[in-house]
Amino acid sequence: MEALLDTLGLAEAASLLSLEPPGWGANLLRGLVNSLQIALGAFGFGLLIGLGGAYGKLYGGPLLRDLLAIYTTVIRAVPELVLILILYYVGSDLINQAATAMGYDRVEISGVVAGIWVLGVVQGAYATEVLRGAIQAIPPGQLEAARAFGMPPLMTLRRVTIPAMMGFATPGLANLWLIATKDTALLAIVGFSELTLETRQAAGSTRAYFTFFLAAGGLYLLITLFSGVIFSRIEKWARRGQPSLREGGR
Amino acid sequence: MTLKTILAAATLAALGTGLAAQEVKIGIAAEPYPPFASLDSSGTWVGWEVDVIDAVCKAAELNCVITPVAWDGIIPSLTGGQIDAIMASMSITEERMKTIDFSDPYYNTPTVVVADKAVDIDATPEGLKGKIIGVQASTIHQAYAQEYFKDAAEIRIYQTQDEANQDLVAGRIDATQADSIAMADFVSTDAGACCEIKGNVADDPAILGLGVGAGVRKGDDALREALNKGIAAILADGTHAEITARYFKASIY
Amino acid sequence: MSDLRALLIPRRLFLMALFAGFVIWCALSLRWDWLPQYLPLALEGLWRTIWILVVTVVLGFALAVPLGLAQAAGPWYLAAPARVFCTVIRGTPLLLQIWLLYYGLGSLFPQYPWIRGSELWPYLRQAWPYAVLALTLSYAGYEGEVMRGGFASVQKGQLEAARAFGMPRFTIFRRIWLPQAIRNVLPTLGGETILQLKATPLVATITVIEIYAVSSRVRADTFIVYEPLLLLALVYMIIAGLIALMFRWVENRVPSRRREG
Repeated sequence: MEALLDTLGLAEAASLLSLEPPGWGANLLRGLVNSLQIALGAFGFGLLIGLGGAYGKLYGGPLLRDLLAIYTTVIRAVPELVLILILYYVGSDLINQAATAMGYDRVEISGVVAGIWVLGVVQGAYATEVLRGAIQAIPPGQLEAARAFGMPPLMTLRRVTIPAMMGFATPGLANLWLIATKDTALLAIVGFSELTLETRQAAGSTRAYFTFFLAAGGLYLLITLFSGVIFSRIEKWARRGQPSLREGGR
Repeated sequence: MTLKTILAAATLAALGTGLAAQEVKIGIAAEPYPPFASLDSSGTWVGWEVDVIDAVCKAAELNCVITPVAWDGIIPSLTGGQIDAIMASMSITEERMKTIDFSDPYYNTPTVVVADKAVDIDATPEGLKGKIIGVQASTIHQAYAQEYFKDAAEIRIYQTQDEANQDLVAGRIDATQADSIAMADFVSTDAGACCEIKGNVADDPAILGLGVGAGVRKGDDALREALNKGIAAILADGTHAEITARYFKASIY
Repeated sequence: MSDLRALLIPRRLFLMALFAGFVIWCALSLRWDWLPQYLPLALEGLWRTIWILVVTVVLGFALAVPLGLAQAAGPWYLAAPARVFCTVIRGTPLLLQIWLLYYGLGSLFPQYPWIRGSELWPYLRQAWPYAVLALTLSYAGYEGEVMRGGFASVQKGQLEAARAFGMPRFTIFRRIWLPQAIRNVLPTLGGETILQLKATPLVATITVIEIYAVSSRVRADTFIVYEPLLLLALVYMIIAGLIALMFRWVENRVPSRRREG
């Protein structure tokens, strides 16, 4: 193995990327874990907002619908970088002001929470649109049947709407997840030590820019490809009952 | 005794111990800035300033946590509450005093211009005529270059000094203006071997400030006093000199 | 006129009043005294943003056509690299790509002194060529995938008919295949262009002074945080709105007889 690396001229790169100091591999992996943590959190938070937003857009009152339209339009027209800066500073400012108003001490907001909040709000706007489309694609008879049997709304959501829309929503959500993983890189701009910032610090300290940026690119690509496999599994699973359901509805 | 009263008592006790128990987040710039603060390959922050932060916090009995944030957003991070103090080689200037308060200074160094050894440049507007000079955003160096070199040279603004150094080596800029110690460290490395310090810029205390201090939120006098106490203590008991001797040949206070 | 009437419903009037109130509150209680001083710089930055957007969209699209064609109908030795390119571009963050190009290539210059003597050096010293290159490749990567779909969804029968009439291959491509493929992707193209607009502020991290960089400069110089960012968000919303309107106009001008269903 070492001989192979030597002949390819990669020995230096390998030692820079090794997991033990003086290699910087551990730093990159820590950044990767941070990135994934935030991406997962933001994706989940975005899904919650999206589900609420989609319900609001479909069944809410006219005022709520207008407000949601403004939310999704604004978020989708303004660069993520600008939104991150605004939400990053505004978010913690507001929370602290609220805390002081209620008589508490200043709240410490960790970088992870701030990142999840910021990216989650951005993701929510896109998730709203994806989920709205998916809910609309459910054959209306299914929801009507649930209502006719007297299912309470929350149970309908849990037992009918969400399972039925999963198949339609999965491709869009897969896309959103990929956007979430890539958007975590933007947190480098506010100094959060996720993969891209760790990479740049390693590259700056060692001057081996190509080695580290390519390594980080490889890690991101692995996430993308791996997620692709997972999501196609999920989609297959989510669609498993659909043909028979459609037959039943005929 | 119900759970509520226990909790209330615990909260009171926690408040009673005051600053000592509470975490104080010390903001540093999330970028390699040797020899003051840089991340090493094991993921810990090391450098002169990091050691000083530890010593000051110990002397002031503060429970400090080093929190890296982006340099160009470090003041909004302070006012927004992500961090409680800035100890990131930030010079005490009039302009910044409008927004934040500063502790007493804990070091003071001149500002220099660095350029390729082969290029004839000095640290004056005439010497930089027609050149491209790189500076870090939101620094006294940016303010100084914009005041004095704007008409003579093209000014390029970088997020971090490290990037400006990188572009100086790459030849994309002709010179960079920055802190003398950080630059002395840079030109002594392999990467910075191309370049040398061309001289100090003419002093202008209104822009270049009165040394480096710890920034705190306006009105956060408790923390400012605590930090002042810590700084005074390490200056008095020789800790400051001892840390300095580990990194530099001469005093930088 | 129906558009206008939709705005005059009481709740919309209420929302507009609320918005106007917000604008007035912003104008009165926030600080705008920095604006006159930075206006020339801001206009310069705005112009650079638009310029970079237009150039990279045009170049990127020109690159996306062969990428899409190679994937949709090319032999494997063209399709495979095109696919790999699109996957890599879409699978990694743009910020990383920009830094790889700018700082990665920059780190090579000291090793090869002849580069500094070459004719290209004055351009290689600037930051904008890297910005344009990175954004062009990114747009091409995303659009290449879209164009693949566009080419694939043109009905086979039309191409066969054209071939049966003895049309040369390039003419078929130019007159039949490409126009229909573009028409197929037009609805997504507007959205993708807005995404490209939203990607432009990233080039500020490699010293290109576009509108986002100007707002950072104001923030750095004056320590005013929210006002420049709010104004910046407004500027981007206006540009995004204009792009959407433009694409809608183009879409309406393109003659199309949509298939039913």
